[in-house]
Amino acid sequence: MAEIIENDSGAKKGGGRRSPRKMGAHIDMTPMVDLMCLLITFFMLTTAFSKPKVMDITMPERDTKDAPQNKVDAKRTYSILLTEDRVYWYYHADVPDGAPESTIPTVDKWHKTDFSKDGLRKVLLAKNKLIIEEILTLKDKVKKGELVMSDDSLNSKIRAIKKKYSVAKKTNTFLIKADENAIYKNLVSVIDEMAIANISGYAIVDLSKEEKEMLKTAPK
Amino acid sequence: MAKIKLKRSSPHVDMTPMVDLFSLLLTFFMLTTSFRPQEAKVIDSPSSVSEKASPDKNVITVLISKDNLVFFNMDNGKDTASHFRSKLVTEIAKRYNVSLTPKDLKTFEQASSFGMPINKIKAWLNEKDAKRKEEMQTGIPIDTIGTQLPELGEWVRFARILNQTAEVSIKGDAQSHYKTIKKVMDVMQENNVNKFNLVTYLQKQETTMEDVKNIK
Repeated sequence: MAEIIENDSGAKKGGGRRSPRKMGAHIDMTPMVDLMCLLITFFMLTTAFSKPKVMDITMPERDTKDAPQNKVDAKRTYSILLTEDRVYWYYHADVPDGAPESTIPTVDKWHKTDFSKDGLRKVLLAKNKLIIEEILTLKDKVKKGELVMSDDSLNSKIRAIKKKYSVAKKTNTFLIKADENAIYKNLVSVIDEMAIANISGYAIVDLSKEEKEMLKTAPK
Repeated sequence: MAKIKLKRSSPHVDMTPMVDLFSLLLTFFMLTTSFRPQEAKVIDSPSSVSEKASPDKNVITVLISKDNLVFFNMDNGKDTASHFRSKLVTEIAKRYNVSLTPKDLKTFEQASSFGMPINKIKAWLNEKDAKRKEEMQTGIPIDTIGTQLPELGEWVRFARILNQTAEVSIKGDAQSHYKTIKKVMDVMQENNVNKFNLVTYLQKQETTMEDVKNIK
């Protein structure tokens, strides 16, 4: 840039040298600005992305072995089983008529699924359709501005809807069972799918001995 | 050809306002960033839709690395004068008959997550070489050996006694085994921690009415 000026002045003045230009109070700040730009970018990027999120998990209290276990109706209970990177689910009432209550459906009644959008999510959405439809209608109304409410009141309204169905015994309970070979990521995925499908009735429980055996014979 | 008289302007742009603004921004970002001390191992947490931010003070964190090693971390709380970390390590060391010097305690206070049996902690604190230091992290014992309770349980229990407002977070690597996570969860439950946070990173997923309508 400086060269252009010199040429320019040279053409005009016919090569006559001028007395050295009086330097103004300008200091070349380019390197400083460069450095600052760099530092700002660094700090901006490091601050914005270092905020991890958490999800709440509440486990049932221990020391309640003597207390009666919460019995759930087989007709409203599903089990989700995890092993290695595979996931299966079965419906507790999927047993021959007249079988004892604790009977586990045979492996051929088990369904293999995955963590894609059309996998476990579809299953869960189908089992919780009524609630989701009501919640989504409510959310749509808020989005379109037909209903005005704060996030807090929306959340409590959603909770009220869930409660309503659970009191009316229209909700399903999901038991998440993982064996020793399962990967942590899949457990989180299942819990996450529960959150997506607005299911609040789920629990992480241990596999029974029979289930462990059956899991070994389940189709890969 | 008519010569266009160009206004001769100096190529120098006055950068003072820009520099002013930059220094302001820089100062702001520098002051607001809190540098996390380096974690013992890189942990790749799984993703979820949860939008709840992880608390950055008053947390007891149990970290599970990819190779299923367990690490423990606890912060000093909102007020650094409370010295939760050094109190905690003193208490645990006393239980396992390990003596620590005030210098050790000071080093421990400034460290972050750690994972080794308590009898190795002194050597770890005094080790200068970063590589050796990393090799010494063999994980906190989580198994019950005979009648001896797992060390992790002791850490969690005393941490909760010292800082009663602390929340418990489990930060597991996506690839870690459920077996280890389960053991950690069992240790938590044995110490009456029934509510904890699983650390994840946010990945938004939306369900629309159409998605639901199309199902059966």
